[in-house]
Amino acid sequence: MAEAALAEKQSGRSGQKNIKKKIRLLKNDFDLYLMLIPMVLFFLIFTYKPMTGLVVAFKYYSPFKGIWGSRWVGLQYFIEFFTGPYALRTIVNTFRISLSSLIVGFPMPIILALLLNELRAYRFKKAVQTISYIPHFISTVVVCGMITSFLAPTTGVVNTILKWYGLDPVYFLSIPAYFVPIYIAMEIWKNTGYNSIIYIAALTSISDELYEAATVDGAGRWKQFLHITLPSLMPTIVIMLLVRLGGILNVGYEAIILLYNPSIYETADVISTFVYRTGITEGRYDFATAVGLFNSLVAFIIVIIANKFSNKLTDTGLW
Amino acid sequence: MNKRSIGEKVFNVINILVLSSVLLFTLYPFYYTFIASISEGSLVIMGKVVLQPMNITFRAYELIPTIDYFFTAYGNTFFYTFFGALASMVIMTMGGYALSRKRLKGRKFVNMMISFTMWFNAGMIPFYLNMDSLGLINTRAGIIFGFAGSAFYIIILRSYFESMPIELEEAAKVDGMSNFGIFVKIALPISTPVLATISLYCAVDRWNGYFWAMILLKDIKLVPLQVLLKKLIIERNVLASVDTGGSFDFTRETLIYAIVIVAIIPIILAYPFAQRYFVKGLTVGSVKG
Repeated sequence: MAEAALAEKQSGRSGQKNIKKKIRLLKNDFDLYLMLIPMVLFFLIFTYKPMTGLVVAFKYYSPFKGIWGSRWVGLQYFIEFFTGPYALRTIVNTFRISLSSLIVGFPMPIILALLLNELRAYRFKKAVQTISYIPHFISTVVVCGMITSFLAPTTGVVNTILKWYGLDPVYFLSIPAYFVPIYIAMEIWKNTGYNSIIYIAALTSISDELYEAATVDGAGRWKQFLHITLPSLMPTIVIMLLVRLGGILNVGYEAIILLYNPSIYETADVISTFVYRTGITEGRYDFATAVGLFNSLVAFIIVIIANKFSNKLTDTGLW
Repeated sequence: MNKRSIGEKVFNVINILVLSSVLLFTLYPFYYTFIASISEGSLVIMGKVVLQPMNITFRAYELIPTIDYFFTAYGNTFFYTFFGALASMVIMTMGGYALSRKRLKGRKFVNMMISFTMWFNAGMIPFYLNMDSLGLINTRAGIIFGFAGSAFYIIILRSYFESMPIELEEAAKVDGMSNFGIFVKIALPISTPVLATISLYCAVDRWNGYFWAMILLKDIKLVPLQVLLKKLIIERNVLASVDTGGSFDFTRETLIYAIVIVAIIPIILAYPFAQRYFVKGLTVGSVKG
């Protein structure tokens, strides 16, 4: 770089020199392009090539003829999905699960961060922070296994406690009405601490001078909270909310697959679990691809809208 | 100086109480799992064990080695975690570094191509059919390479490399270093915090992932721990695969709890050391690229 700049200064700017310089730069950067190749290949092979496979959604897929040899059927599977009994159920469940977990779960890390922020005892504060992050790193299978065991009808600890109060055992995981609360409780346990990190970081970046000035002006802690802490946190809250809204269709289907069973499909079956069941389990690749494509397209539109809002409200987009 | 009103004092007490219950809520599931795993099985299912272990026995733990393929699965998980994270890091740091050099031709296009994968993906079935057509079903390579790139991590790495002072690179160029040499000898060493963070996240993703391993791996000898765990603790088929030796001081419940403890031990042990990098990662991630 320095060499090139020097050479340019000395020899003036003739076009020929420029081209030569460009060729040399390209030659010099040969290894830089090589370094890029594995990553580009990864995305081509594992994310872009599958996109060409989306044509299966419009074909009668025959494993013997392959994706390209199978015959076209147009929008048949989309029509089948939307006129069938599952479209409404899975779409409603997807939105119900993610919206309720947003409404209940979204404020939790903010409250946790604010409470921690008001705490004076440093070591206790550190302990709460550190410990509350742990569940985020426990695998979905283990968490769902613990839930299944805790909620087991006769042997689980939850029913044990119910028994103390003379209540009858409840088989929580086979009653549709309980599924969403259980799922939300799991999300809260798993992610509240971890999601609070970003708010804690935002809170620590608020300048002490603001608080000092407020104290001089006679503002108490409540006033300081209302007029300094909360407004300073608002941009972070808005961005995080938009991120969550943008991903509203990304329900934790990996956990749902582990927790649900046919008796609670009416509240627990979401679009992604339906795709998994019809596609992977039943092997209806073509139909499941169509349903998945619908899901991806709607998710894409929602994320674009969320980003538009984000650009309007703040100077920065979500990406 | 430090005069506090009554309201403030009351708030402080309530605050400490609330946060203590957060601690309790977080830790009790782990605590219960642990005490149940070392208690006598019959007492656990009768609901006698709630606050402390009773008739302590390690019988359930002794049975774990007899579970079919348990150690194979455990070993597989270490294998996938190590080589998966390694593959991810090699691919993503090299690519991220190249993209961080502003003079790179086609940089915008590649950036766009990577970002787009965050907003739109082909979905489960086309991905599966693609793995099938590549012959990567039921292979270790499929698990290691099929998930080795993440747009989000690449963007974090790229923006970190972008902050490398240009003078460093120019000085190295004058010394006749190649780009790859600069990457290995300068860019990587000065980026250890972000490298530690991202590789930890990759490792945790690998350690905890079950979904695609479950779908892609049919051979029980290849599956990682999480897939075996699903069979043992979700489908609760644990008794079928264990050699009880005619002893009954354990039950299916205590065995499941013991398995959970053994499965999370590496995460819990690594956590105190890894913790600060996890946190750093999020704050690095919040700086937009």
